[in-house]
Amino acid sequence: MKANCWISPNKVEVTDVPDPAILNSRDAIVKITATAICGSDLHLLDGYVPTMQKGDVMGHEFMGEVVEVGHGVDGDKLRVGDRVVVPFPIGCGACFACQNQLWSCCENTNPNAGMAEKMFGHPVAGIYGYSHLTGGFAGGQAEYARVVLADVNPLKIESDLTDEQVLFLSDILPTGYMGAEMCEITDGDVVAVWGAGPVGQFAMDSARVLGAAKVIAIDDVPYRLEMAASQGYETIDYSDTDVRSALLELTGGRGPDKCIDAVGMEATHGAAHVQLYDRAKQAVRSETDRPHALRQAITSCRSGGIVSVIGVYGGFIDKFPAGSWMNRALTLKTGQCHVQRYMRPLLERIERREIDPTRVITHRLPLAEAPHGYDVFKHKQEGCEKVVLTP
Amino acid sequence: MELTSATTVTRPPEEVYAFWRQLDRLPTFMAHLDEVRATDARRSHWKASAPFGQSVEWDAETTEDVPGQRIAWRSFDGADVPNAGAVRFVPAPGGRGTEVHVTLSYELPGGALGKAAAKYFGEEPSQQLDDDLRRFKQVMETGEVIRSDGAPRGKQAREEFPQHPARPLTDEELKEVLA
Repeated sequence: MKANCWISPNKVEVTDVPDPAILNSRDAIVKITATAICGSDLHLLDGYVPTMQKGDVMGHEFMGEVVEVGHGVDGDKLRVGDRVVVPFPIGCGACFACQNQLWSCCENTNPNAGMAEKMFGHPVAGIYGYSHLTGGFAGGQAEYARVVLADVNPLKIESDLTDEQVLFLSDILPTGYMGAEMCEITDGDVVAVWGAGPVGQFAMDSARVLGAAKVIAIDDVPYRLEMAASQGYETIDYSDTDVRSALLELTGGRGPDKCIDAVGMEATHGAAHVQLYDRAKQAVRSETDRPHALRQAITSCRSGGIVSVIGVYGGFIDKFPAGSWMNRALTLKTGQCHVQRYMRPLLERIERREIDPTRVITHRLPLAEAPHGYDVFKHKQEGCEKVVLTP
Repeated sequence: MELTSATTVTRPPEEVYAFWRQLDRLPTFMAHLDEVRATDARRSHWKASAPFGQSVEWDAETTEDVPGQRIAWRSFDGADVPNAGAVRFVPAPGGRGTEVHVTLSYELPGGALGKAAAKYFGEEPSQQLDDDLRRFKQVMETGEVIRSDGAPRGKQAREEFPQHPARPLTDEELKEVLA
Protein backbone atom coordinates (compact mmCIF):
# COMPACT_ATOMS: atom_id res chain seq x y z
CA MET A 1 0.00 0.00 0.00
CA LYS A 2 0.98 3.70 -0.18
CA ALA A 3 1.93 5.44 3.06
CA ASN A 4 3.43 8.78 4.03
CA CYS A 5 6.74 7.99 5.73
CA TRP A 6 9.24 10.03 7.74
CA ILE A 7 12.59 9.94 5.96
CA SER A 8 14.79 12.49 7.72
CA PRO A 9 14.29 15.86 9.44
CA ASN A 10 11.90 17.95 7.34
CA LYS A 11 11.44 15.20 4.76
CA VAL A 12 8.43 12.93 4.35
CA GLU A 13 7.74 10.79 1.31
CA VAL A 14 4.80 8.75 0.05
CA THR A 15 6.19 5.28 -0.64
CA ASP A 16 5.11 1.68 -1.00
CA VAL A 17 5.10 -0.27 2.26
CA PRO A 18 3.65 -3.67 3.17
CA ASP A 19 -0.07 -3.86 4.02
CA PRO A 20 -0.69 -4.06 7.77
CA ALA A 21 -1.54 -7.41 9.33
CA ILE A 22 -3.07 -8.59 12.60
CA LEU A 23 -0.33 -8.77 15.26
CA ASN A 24 -2.47 -9.10 18.39
CA SER A 25 -5.75 -11.00 18.66
CA ARG A 26 -7.81 -7.88 19.42
CA ASP A 27 -6.45 -5.93 16.39
CA ALA A 28 -8.51 -4.72 13.45
CA ILE A 29 -7.41 -3.54 10.03
CA VAL A 30 -9.07 -0.34 8.82
CA LYS A 31 -9.26 0.79 5.18
CA ILE A 32 -8.67 4.50 5.55
CA THR A 33 -11.16 6.86 3.93
CA ALA A 34 -9.87 10.14 5.41
CA THR A 35 -6.80 11.21 7.38
CA ALA A 36 -5.30 14.53 8.39
CA ILE A 37 -2.05 16.30 9.16
CA CYS A 38 -1.86 17.52 12.75
CA GLY A 39 0.14 20.41 14.18
CA SER A 40 1.93 17.89 16.37
CA ASP A 41 3.06 16.04 13.21
CA LEU A 42 5.19 19.12 12.57
CA HIS A 43 7.10 18.48 15.82
CA LEU A 44 7.90 15.02 14.42
CA LEU A 45 8.64 16.28 10.93
CA ASP A 46 11.49 18.53 12.04
CA GLY A 47 12.85 16.05 14.57
CA TYR A 48 12.03 17.99 17.77
CA VAL A 49 10.32 14.92 19.18
CA PRO A 50 13.11 12.34 19.48
CA THR A 51 13.08 8.66 18.44
CA MET A 52 11.75 8.99 14.91
CA GLN A 53 13.23 6.42 12.53
CA LYS A 54 13.56 6.39 8.78
CA GLY A 55 10.50 4.69 7.30
CA ASP A 56 8.08 5.40 10.16
CA VAL A 57 4.52 5.81 8.83
CA MET A 58 3.14 9.20 9.97
CA GLY A 59 -0.35 10.16 11.05
CA HIS A 60 -2.56 9.82 14.10
CA GLU A 61 -5.83 11.32 12.81
CA PHE A 62 -7.68 8.79 10.67
CA MET A 63 -10.95 7.02 10.04
CA GLY A 64 -12.26 4.37 7.72
CA GLU A 65 -13.96 1.03 7.30
CA VAL A 66 -13.09 -2.11 9.25
CA VAL A 67 -11.97 -4.77 6.74
CA GLU A 68 -10.54 -7.42 9.09
CA VAL A 69 -10.74 -8.24 12.80
CA GLY A 70 -8.60 -10.49 14.98
CA HIS A 71 -10.17 -13.54 16.63
CA GLY A 72 -10.11 -11.82 20.03
CA VAL A 73 -12.23 -8.83 19.01
CA ASP A 74 -15.60 -8.75 20.78
CA GLY A 75 -18.13 -9.04 17.93
CA ASP A 76 -20.72 -7.08 19.89
CA LYS A 77 -18.39 -4.09 19.83
CA LEU A 78 -16.86 -4.16 16.36
CA ARG A 79 -17.38 -6.02 13.09
CA VAL A 80 -16.08 -6.02 9.54
CA GLY A 81 -17.90 -3.29 7.61
CA ASP A 82 -18.20 -0.89 10.57
CA ARG A 83 -17.34 2.75 9.85
CA VAL A 84 -15.04 4.04 12.59
CA VAL A 85 -13.05 7.03 13.79
CA VAL A 86 -9.87 5.97 15.58
CA PRO A 87 -8.70 7.94 18.65
CA PHE A 88 -4.99 8.79 18.54
CA PRO A 89 -4.01 7.48 22.00
CA ILE A 90 -4.33 3.71 22.33
CA GLY A 91 -6.18 2.73 25.50
CA CYS A 92 -6.77 -0.68 27.05
CA GLY A 93 -9.87 0.17 29.09
CA ALA A 94 -8.67 -2.10 31.90
CA CYS A 95 -5.81 -0.36 33.74
CA PHE A 96 -6.22 2.22 36.50
CA ALA A 97 -5.63 5.12 34.10
CA CYS A 98 -8.23 4.00 31.53
CA GLN A 99 -10.75 3.12 34.25
CA ASN A 100 -10.35 6.68 35.48
CA GLN A 101 -10.79 8.11 31.95
CA LEU A 102 -7.09 9.04 31.63
CA TRP A 103 -6.81 7.21 28.31
CA SER A 104 -3.69 8.97 27.02
CA CYS A 105 -1.86 7.73 30.13
CA CYS A 106 -2.82 4.07 29.53
CA GLU A 107 -0.41 1.82 31.41
CA ASN A 108 -0.50 -1.07 28.96
CA THR A 109 -0.32 0.03 25.34
CA ASN A 110 3.22 1.35 24.94
CA PRO A 111 5.67 -1.47 24.15
CA ASN A 112 8.46 1.08 24.61
CA ALA A 113 7.25 2.11 28.05
CA GLY A 114 10.78 1.74 29.43
CA MET A 115 12.00 4.42 27.02
CA ALA A 116 9.13 6.79 27.84
CA GLU A 117 9.66 6.22 31.55
CA LYS A 118 13.24 7.47 31.31
CA MET A 119 12.07 10.61 29.55
CA PHE A 120 8.94 11.35 31.58
CA GLY A 121 9.33 9.51 34.91
CA HIS A 122 6.31 7.34 34.14
CA PRO A 123 5.30 5.96 30.74
CA VAL A 124 2.47 7.21 28.50
CA ALA A 125 0.05 5.40 26.19
CA GLY A 126 0.92 4.15 22.74
CA ILE A 127 0.06 6.61 19.95
CA TYR A 128 -0.22 5.87 16.21
CA GLY A 129 2.46 7.37 13.99
CA TYR A 130 4.03 9.35 16.79
CA SER A 131 7.66 8.25 17.28
CA HIS A 132 9.04 5.20 19.04
CA LEU A 133 8.77 6.92 22.42
CA THR A 134 5.01 6.31 22.19
CA GLY A 135 5.35 2.73 21.03
CA GLY A 136 6.48 2.64 17.41
CA PHE A 137 2.99 2.12 15.96
CA ALA A 138 2.56 2.75 12.23
CA GLY A 139 0.33 5.76 11.58
CA GLY A 140 -2.74 6.44 9.50
CA GLN A 141 -1.48 8.61 6.64
CA ALA A 142 -1.79 5.49 4.55
CA GLU A 143 -4.31 3.34 2.71
CA TYR A 144 -4.72 0.92 5.62
CA ALA A 145 -3.86 0.88 9.31
CA ARG A 146 -3.71 -1.68 12.08
CA VAL A 147 -5.88 -0.62 15.01
CA VAL A 148 -4.93 -2.03 18.41
CA LEU A 149 -7.46 -3.23 21.04
CA ALA A 150 -10.09 -2.51 18.44
CA ASP A 151 -13.06 -3.47 20.61
CA VAL A 152 -12.18 -0.71 23.08
CA ASN A 153 -10.93 2.28 21.12
CA PRO A 154 -12.66 3.18 17.83
CA LEU A 155 -15.92 5.12 17.71
CA LYS A 156 -18.52 3.63 15.36
CA ILE A 157 -20.26 6.18 13.16
CA GLU A 158 -23.78 4.99 12.47
CA SER A 159 -25.32 8.20 11.15
CA ASP A 160 -24.89 9.72 7.70
CA LEU A 161 -22.44 12.44 8.79
CA THR A 162 -19.64 12.94 6.26
CA ASP A 163 -16.02 11.94 6.90
CA GLU A 164 -15.06 15.60 7.18
CA GLN A 165 -17.67 16.15 9.90
CA VAL A 166 -16.38 13.33 12.13
CA LEU A 167 -12.69 12.85 11.24
CA PHE A 168 -11.48 15.40 13.80
CA LEU A 169 -13.04 13.40 16.64
CA SER A 170 -9.77 11.42 16.37
CA ASP A 171 -7.76 14.21 17.97
CA ILE A 172 -8.08 17.95 17.43
CA LEU A 173 -11.73 18.49 18.34
CA PRO A 174 -11.51 16.55 21.64
CA THR A 175 -8.11 18.14 22.31
CA GLY A 176 -9.49 21.65 21.90
CA TYR A 177 -12.56 20.72 23.91
CA MET A 178 -10.50 19.27 26.76
CA GLY A 179 -8.47 22.50 26.80
CA ALA A 180 -11.68 24.45 27.39
CA GLU A 181 -13.16 21.90 29.80
CA MET A 182 -10.03 22.05 32.00
CA CYS A 183 -10.75 25.80 32.33
CA GLU A 184 -13.84 25.03 34.44
CA ILE A 185 -15.59 27.95 32.76
CA THR A 186 -18.11 29.81 34.90
CA ASP A 187 -20.49 32.67 34.15
CA GLY A 188 -18.67 35.79 32.96
CA ASP A 189 -15.33 34.10 32.29
CA VAL A 190 -13.03 35.59 29.66
CA VAL A 191 -10.93 32.89 28.00
CA ALA A 192 -7.73 33.71 26.10
CA VAL A 193 -6.34 31.15 23.67
CA TRP A 194 -2.72 31.23 22.53
CA GLY A 195 -2.51 29.72 19.04
CA ALA A 196 -5.21 30.03 16.37
CA GLY A 197 -4.30 26.81 14.62
CA PRO A 198 -6.94 24.08 14.31
CA VAL A 199 -6.72 22.99 17.97
CA GLY A 200 -6.84 26.62 19.13
CA GLN A 201 -9.92 27.24 16.94
CA PHE A 202 -11.69 24.24 18.50
CA ALA A 203 -10.64 25.36 22.00
CA MET A 204 -12.31 28.71 21.21
CA ASP A 205 -15.49 27.05 19.88
CA SER A 206 -15.58 24.80 22.94
CA ALA A 207 -15.03 27.71 25.35
CA ARG A 208 -18.01 29.45 23.79
CA VAL A 209 -20.16 26.31 23.92
CA LEU A 210 -19.18 25.90 27.60
CA GLY A 211 -20.35 29.42 28.40
CA ALA A 212 -17.41 31.82 28.12
CA ALA A 213 -18.49 35.47 28.06
CA LYS A 214 -15.64 36.45 25.75
CA VAL A 215 -13.03 34.50 23.82
CA ILE A 216 -9.71 36.04 22.73
CA ALA A 217 -7.38 34.56 20.09
CA ILE A 218 -3.62 35.33 20.17
CA ASP A 219 -1.45 34.55 17.15
CA ASP A 220 0.72 36.28 14.54
CA VAL A 221 -0.67 34.67 11.38
CA PRO A 222 -3.18 37.09 9.84
CA TYR A 223 -5.39 34.51 8.13
CA ARG A 224 -5.66 32.46 11.31
CA LEU A 225 -6.68 35.51 13.31
CA GLU A 226 -9.21 36.34 10.58
CA MET A 227 -10.63 32.84 10.88
CA ALA A 228 -11.09 33.40 14.63
CA ALA A 229 -12.56 36.88 14.08
CA SER A 230 -15.06 35.45 11.58
CA GLN A 231 -16.50 33.38 14.46
CA GLY A 232 -16.91 36.46 16.62
CA TYR A 233 -13.79 36.08 18.76
CA GLU A 234 -11.54 39.00 19.73
CA THR A 235 -8.03 38.81 18.28
CA ILE A 236 -4.55 39.98 19.26
CA ASP A 237 -1.67 39.89 16.76
CA TYR A 238 1.43 39.53 18.94
CA SER A 239 3.73 40.58 16.10
CA ASP A 240 2.52 44.19 16.35
CA THR A 241 0.72 44.40 19.68
CA ASP A 242 1.83 44.12 23.31
CA VAL A 243 -0.18 41.11 24.43
CA ARG A 244 -0.31 42.01 28.13
CA SER A 245 -1.66 45.50 27.52
CA ALA A 246 -4.13 44.28 24.94
CA LEU A 247 -5.43 41.58 27.30
CA LEU A 248 -5.78 44.10 30.14
CA GLU A 249 -7.69 46.42 27.84
CA LEU A 250 -10.02 43.61 26.68
CA THR A 251 -10.72 42.51 30.28
CA GLY A 252 -11.11 45.84 32.05
CA GLY A 253 -7.71 45.42 33.68
CA ARG A 254 -8.53 42.03 35.26
CA GLY A 255 -6.64 39.75 32.89
CA PRO A 256 -8.29 36.69 31.34
CA ASP A 257 -9.86 34.35 33.90
CA LYS A 258 -8.73 31.31 32.00
CA CYS A 259 -5.82 30.89 29.57
CA ILE A 260 -5.27 28.08 27.08
CA ASP A 261 -1.84 27.30 25.58
CA ALA A 262 -2.63 25.72 22.21
CA VAL A 263 0.89 26.30 20.90
CA GLY A 264 3.39 24.11 22.74
CA MET A 265 7.06 23.47 22.27
CA GLU A 266 7.82 25.40 19.10
CA ALA A 267 6.37 28.78 20.00
CA THR A 268 7.78 31.90 18.42
CA HIS A 269 8.09 35.20 20.20
CA GLY A 270 7.46 38.75 19.01
CA ALA A 271 10.65 40.04 20.67
CA ALA A 272 13.61 38.83 18.63
CA HIS A 273 16.02 38.60 21.59
CA VAL A 274 13.70 36.32 23.58
CA GLN A 275 13.10 34.15 20.53
CA LEU A 276 16.84 33.96 19.91
CA TYR A 277 17.57 33.06 23.55
CA ASP A 278 15.28 30.05 23.53
CA ARG A 279 16.13 29.00 19.97
CA ALA A 280 19.83 29.01 20.90
CA LYS A 281 19.24 26.98 24.07
CA GLN A 282 17.19 24.53 22.04
CA ALA A 283 19.91 24.24 19.40
CA VAL A 284 22.54 23.26 21.98
CA ARG A 285 20.07 20.97 23.72
CA SER A 286 20.13 22.84 27.02
CA GLU A 287 16.39 23.29 26.56
CA THR A 288 14.24 21.10 24.35
CA ASP A 289 11.10 23.22 24.14
CA ARG A 290 10.43 26.93 23.58
CA PRO A 291 7.78 27.96 26.10
CA HIS A 292 6.92 31.54 25.10
CA ALA A 293 3.19 30.94 24.93
CA LEU A 294 3.13 29.15 28.27
CA ARG A 295 5.14 31.87 30.01
CA GLN A 296 2.86 34.56 28.63
CA ALA A 297 -0.30 32.61 29.50
CA ILE A 298 0.87 32.27 33.11
CA THR A 299 1.85 35.92 33.59
CA SER A 300 -1.32 37.15 31.81
CA CYS A 301 -3.86 35.05 33.71
CA ARG A 302 -5.77 36.79 36.50
CA SER A 303 -4.88 35.73 40.05
CA GLY A 304 -6.59 32.49 41.02
CA GLY A 305 -7.24 31.63 37.38
CA ILE A 306 -6.57 28.44 35.43
CA VAL A 307 -3.91 27.91 32.77
CA SER A 308 -4.82 24.96 30.57
CA VAL A 309 -2.04 23.47 28.43
CA ILE A 310 -2.94 21.41 25.36
CA GLY A 311 -0.04 22.47 23.14
CA VAL A 312 2.51 19.66 23.05
CA TYR A 313 5.70 19.73 25.11
CA GLY A 314 8.32 17.03 24.75
CA GLY A 315 11.06 17.64 27.25
CA PHE A 316 12.40 20.49 29.31
CA ILE A 317 11.83 24.23 29.41
CA ASP A 318 13.78 27.14 30.79
CA LYS A 319 12.60 30.22 32.70
CA PHE A 320 9.33 28.80 33.95
CA PRO A 321 7.62 31.71 35.78
CA ALA A 322 7.18 29.79 39.02
CA GLY A 323 6.89 32.98 41.08
CA SER A 324 3.91 34.24 39.11
CA TRP A 325 2.29 30.82 39.19
CA MET A 326 2.76 30.28 42.92
CA ASN A 327 2.21 33.73 44.37
CA ARG A 328 -0.92 34.36 42.31
CA ALA A 329 -2.61 31.07 43.14
CA LEU A 330 -2.81 29.85 39.56
CA THR A 331 -3.85 26.33 38.66
CA LEU A 332 -1.99 24.64 35.84
CA LYS A 333 -3.89 21.80 34.12
CA THR A 334 -2.73 19.74 31.19
CA GLY A 335 -2.60 16.41 29.38
CA GLN A 336 -2.52 14.76 26.02
CA CYS A 337 -6.20 14.47 25.23
CA HIS A 338 -8.12 11.53 26.70
CA VAL A 339 -9.94 11.29 23.37
CA GLN A 340 -12.07 8.23 24.21
CA ARG A 341 -13.69 10.25 27.03
CA TYR A 342 -14.95 12.92 24.62
CA MET A 343 -15.72 11.20 21.31
CA ARG A 344 -19.35 10.29 21.91
CA PRO A 345 -20.47 13.52 23.63
CA LEU A 346 -18.74 15.56 20.91
CA LEU A 347 -20.30 13.43 18.15
CA GLU A 348 -23.65 14.39 19.69
CA ARG A 349 -22.68 18.08 19.67
CA ILE A 350 -21.78 17.73 15.96
CA GLU A 351 -25.12 16.04 15.28
CA ARG A 352 -26.88 18.87 17.10
CA ARG A 353 -24.91 21.38 14.97
CA GLU A 354 -23.40 23.04 18.06
CA ILE A 355 -19.90 22.68 16.64
CA ASP A 356 -18.96 22.51 12.96
CA PRO A 357 -15.55 20.84 12.73
CA THR A 358 -15.36 21.32 8.95
CA ARG A 359 -14.86 25.07 9.34
CA VAL A 360 -11.07 24.70 9.80
CA ILE A 361 -10.46 22.67 6.60
CA THR A 362 -8.58 24.71 4.01
CA HIS A 363 -6.85 21.97 2.02
CA ARG A 364 -8.17 18.72 0.60
CA LEU A 365 -5.39 16.69 -1.01
CA PRO A 366 -4.85 13.14 -2.23
CA LEU A 367 -2.55 11.10 0.03
CA ALA A 368 0.10 11.22 -2.70
CA GLU A 369 0.42 14.97 -2.10
CA ALA A 370 1.01 14.63 1.66
CA PRO A 371 4.55 16.12 1.48
CA HIS A 372 3.11 19.26 -0.16
CA GLY A 373 0.48 19.37 2.59
CA TYR A 374 3.20 19.27 5.25
CA ASP A 375 5.07 22.01 3.45
CA VAL A 376 2.23 24.53 3.22
CA PHE A 377 1.02 23.69 6.74
CA LYS A 378 4.48 24.13 8.26
CA HIS A 379 5.23 27.38 6.45
CA LYS A 380 1.69 28.71 6.77
CA GLN A 381 1.40 29.22 3.02
CA GLU A 382 -1.72 29.26 0.86
CA GLY A 383 -3.77 30.19 3.92
CA CYS A 384 -3.27 26.67 5.24
CA GLU A 385 -5.13 25.87 8.46
CA LYS A 386 -5.97 22.16 8.18
CA VAL A 387 -5.09 19.54 5.56
CA VAL A 388 -7.32 16.52 4.98
CA LEU A 389 -5.85 13.70 2.91
CA THR A 390 -7.77 11.01 1.07
CA PRO A 391 -6.04 7.77 0.04
CA MET B 1 22.89 -9.58 42.46
CA GLU B 2 19.44 -8.73 43.74
CA LEU B 3 16.67 -7.24 41.58
CA THR B 4 13.40 -5.88 42.82
CA SER B 5 10.42 -4.43 41.01
CA ALA B 6 6.72 -3.88 41.60
CA THR B 7 3.58 -3.25 39.61
CA THR B 8 -0.13 -2.96 40.36
CA VAL B 9 -2.68 -5.02 38.46
CA THR B 10 -6.41 -4.19 38.48
CA ARG B 11 -7.39 -7.74 39.43
CA PRO B 12 -7.94 -9.41 42.82
CA PRO B 13 -4.95 -11.05 44.58
CA GLU B 14 -6.37 -14.57 44.23
CA GLU B 15 -6.57 -14.24 40.45
CA VAL B 16 -3.12 -12.67 40.09
CA TYR B 17 -1.59 -15.32 42.35
CA ALA B 18 -3.32 -18.11 40.42
CA PHE B 19 -1.88 -16.88 37.13
CA TRP B 20 1.67 -16.68 38.50
CA ARG B 21 1.33 -20.07 40.22
CA GLN B 22 1.06 -21.67 36.76
CA LEU B 23 4.82 -21.49 36.32
CA ASP B 24 4.66 -22.59 32.67
CA ARG B 25 3.06 -19.21 31.87
CA LEU B 26 6.05 -17.19 33.11
CA PRO B 27 7.86 -17.34 29.74
CA THR B 28 4.96 -15.53 28.05
CA PHE B 29 6.05 -12.31 29.72
CA MET B 30 9.56 -12.88 31.17
CA ALA B 31 12.01 -12.07 28.41
CA HIS B 32 14.90 -14.35 29.41
CA LEU B 33 12.82 -17.47 30.14
CA ASP B 34 12.29 -19.97 27.33
CA GLU B 35 10.47 -22.63 29.30
CA VAL B 36 9.35 -23.49 32.82
CA ARG B 37 7.87 -26.91 33.49
CA ALA B 38 6.44 -28.18 36.78
CA THR B 39 7.94 -31.62 37.40
CA ASP B 40 5.91 -32.32 40.53
CA ALA B 41 3.96 -30.32 43.11
CA ARG B 42 7.06 -28.52 44.44
CA ARG B 43 9.68 -28.97 41.75
CA SER B 44 10.14 -27.30 38.42
CA HIS B 45 12.60 -27.29 35.52
CA TRP B 46 13.66 -23.88 34.15
CA LYS B 47 15.29 -23.05 30.82
CA ALA B 48 16.58 -19.55 30.10
CA SER B 49 18.37 -17.95 27.21
CA ALA B 50 21.87 -16.79 28.01
CA PRO B 51 24.17 -14.47 26.07
CA PHE B 52 25.60 -15.57 22.71
CA GLY B 53 22.67 -17.84 21.93
CA GLN B 54 23.46 -20.25 24.74
CA SER B 55 20.90 -21.51 27.16
CA VAL B 56 21.02 -22.31 30.86
CA GLU B 57 18.86 -24.92 32.56
CA TRP B 58 18.27 -25.66 36.20
CA ASP B 59 15.87 -27.30 38.61
CA ALA B 60 14.14 -25.34 41.30
CA GLU B 61 11.94 -26.04 44.27
CA THR B 62 9.03 -24.01 45.54
CA THR B 63 9.98 -23.01 49.06
CA GLU B 64 6.84 -21.10 49.96
CA ASP B 65 3.33 -21.13 48.57
CA VAL B 66 0.66 -19.17 50.39
CA PRO B 67 -2.41 -18.95 48.11
CA GLY B 68 -3.32 -15.40 47.23
CA GLN B 69 -0.28 -14.01 49.07
CA ARG B 70 3.15 -15.32 48.30
CA ILE B 71 5.22 -17.67 46.16
CA ALA B 72 8.97 -18.25 46.60
CA TRP B 73 11.41 -20.58 44.88
CA ARG B 74 15.12 -21.31 44.68
CA SER B 75 17.36 -23.38 42.47
CA PHE B 76 18.77 -26.68 43.70
CA ASP B 77 22.47 -26.98 44.51
CA GLY B 78 24.57 -27.36 41.41
CA ALA B 79 22.81 -24.82 39.19
CA ASP B 80 25.20 -22.94 36.88
CA VAL B 81 23.76 -19.66 38.11
CA PRO B 82 22.29 -20.27 41.57
CA ASN B 83 19.16 -18.16 41.89
CA ALA B 84 16.07 -17.55 43.97
CA GLY B 85 12.92 -15.52 43.66
CA ALA B 86 9.85 -14.44 45.57
CA VAL B 87 6.59 -12.72 44.64
CA ARG B 88 4.27 -11.08 47.14
CA PHE B 89 0.66 -10.30 46.22
CA VAL B 90 -0.71 -7.46 48.35
CA PRO B 91 -4.18 -5.91 48.05
CA ALA B 92 -3.72 -2.34 46.76
CA PRO B 93 -5.44 0.39 48.77
CA GLY B 94 -8.82 1.69 47.69
CA GLY B 95 -9.77 -1.43 45.77
CA ARG B 96 -7.16 -0.71 43.10
CA GLY B 97 -6.29 -4.36 42.62
CA THR B 98 -3.12 -6.17 43.58
CA GLU B 99 0.41 -4.94 44.18
CA VAL B 100 2.88 -7.47 42.81
CA HIS B 101 6.28 -7.21 44.48
CA VAL B 102 9.03 -9.35 42.94
CA THR B 103 12.53 -10.06 44.22
CA LEU B 104 15.02 -12.09 42.17
CA SER B 105 18.55 -12.91 43.28
CA TYR B 106 21.37 -14.42 41.27
CA GLU B 107 24.75 -15.61 42.46
CA LEU B 108 26.84 -14.63 39.51
CA PRO B 109 29.78 -16.98 39.05
CA GLY B 110 33.30 -15.78 38.35
CA GLY B 111 34.99 -16.28 34.99
CA ALA B 112 33.59 -15.88 31.51
CA LEU B 113 30.05 -16.95 32.32
CA GLY B 114 29.76 -14.45 35.17
CA LYS B 115 31.09 -11.65 32.98
CA ALA B 116 28.74 -12.55 30.17
CA ALA B 117 25.79 -12.67 32.57
CA ALA B 118 26.68 -9.28 34.06
CA LYS B 119 26.91 -7.84 30.56
CA TYR B 120 23.59 -9.39 29.66
CA PHE B 121 21.87 -7.61 32.53
CA GLY B 122 23.59 -4.40 31.49
CA GLU B 123 24.00 -1.18 33.40
CA GLU B 124 20.43 -1.22 34.63
CA PRO B 125 19.73 -4.79 35.62
CA SER B 126 16.32 -3.94 37.06
CA GLN B 127 15.10 -2.64 33.69
CA GLN B 128 14.57 -6.16 32.40
CA LEU B 129 12.53 -7.11 35.46
CA ASP B 130 10.55 -3.84 35.20
CA ASP B 131 9.73 -4.71 31.58
CA ASP B 132 8.83 -8.29 32.54
CA LEU B 133 6.33 -6.98 35.09
CA ARG B 134 4.91 -4.47 32.62
CA ARG B 135 4.19 -7.37 30.26
CA PHE B 136 2.75 -9.44 33.13
CA LYS B 137 0.35 -6.54 33.77
CA GLN B 138 -0.53 -6.38 30.03
CA VAL B 139 -1.32 -10.09 29.99
CA MET B 140 -3.44 -9.87 33.17
CA GLU B 141 -5.32 -6.74 32.11
CA THR B 142 -5.60 -7.01 28.30
CA GLY B 143 -5.04 -10.72 27.65
CA GLU B 144 -1.72 -10.57 25.82
CA VAL B 145 1.57 -8.75 25.33
CA ILE B 146 0.96 -5.71 23.10
CA ARG B 147 3.02 -5.64 19.91
CA SER B 148 3.79 -2.63 17.74
CA ASP B 149 5.40 -2.37 14.32
CA GLY B 150 8.49 -0.95 16.03
CA ALA B 151 8.56 -3.71 18.67
CA PRO B 152 6.74 -6.57 16.94
CA ARG B 153 8.29 -9.39 18.94
CA GLY B 154 6.36 -8.67 22.11
CA LYS B 155 8.52 -9.78 24.98
CA GLN B 156 11.83 -9.45 23.16
CA ALA B 157 11.28 -5.71 22.63
CA ARG B 158 14.34 -4.77 24.67
CA GLU B 159 16.69 -6.42 22.21
CA GLU B 160 15.46 -4.43 19.26
CA PHE B 161 17.15 -1.01 19.45
CA PRO B 162 17.26 0.58 16.99
CA GLN B 163 13.81 -0.77 16.32
CA HIS B 164 12.03 -1.97 13.24
CA PRO B 165 10.57 1.17 11.62
CA ALA B 166 6.98 1.99 12.60
CA ARG B 167 5.65 0.58 9.33
CA PRO B 168 3.88 -2.71 8.68
CA LEU B 169 6.03 -5.83 8.50
CA THR B 170 6.74 -7.73 5.31
CA ASP B 171 5.34 -11.27 5.03
CA GLU B 172 8.76 -12.74 5.86
CA GLU B 173 9.18 -10.48 8.91
CA LEU B 174 5.69 -11.34 10.04
CA LYS B 175 6.35 -15.07 9.76
CA GLU B 176 9.50 -14.68 11.82
CA VAL B 177 8.04 -12.62 14.66
CA LEU B 178 4.90 -14.72 14.98
CA ALA B 179 6.84 -18.00 14.86
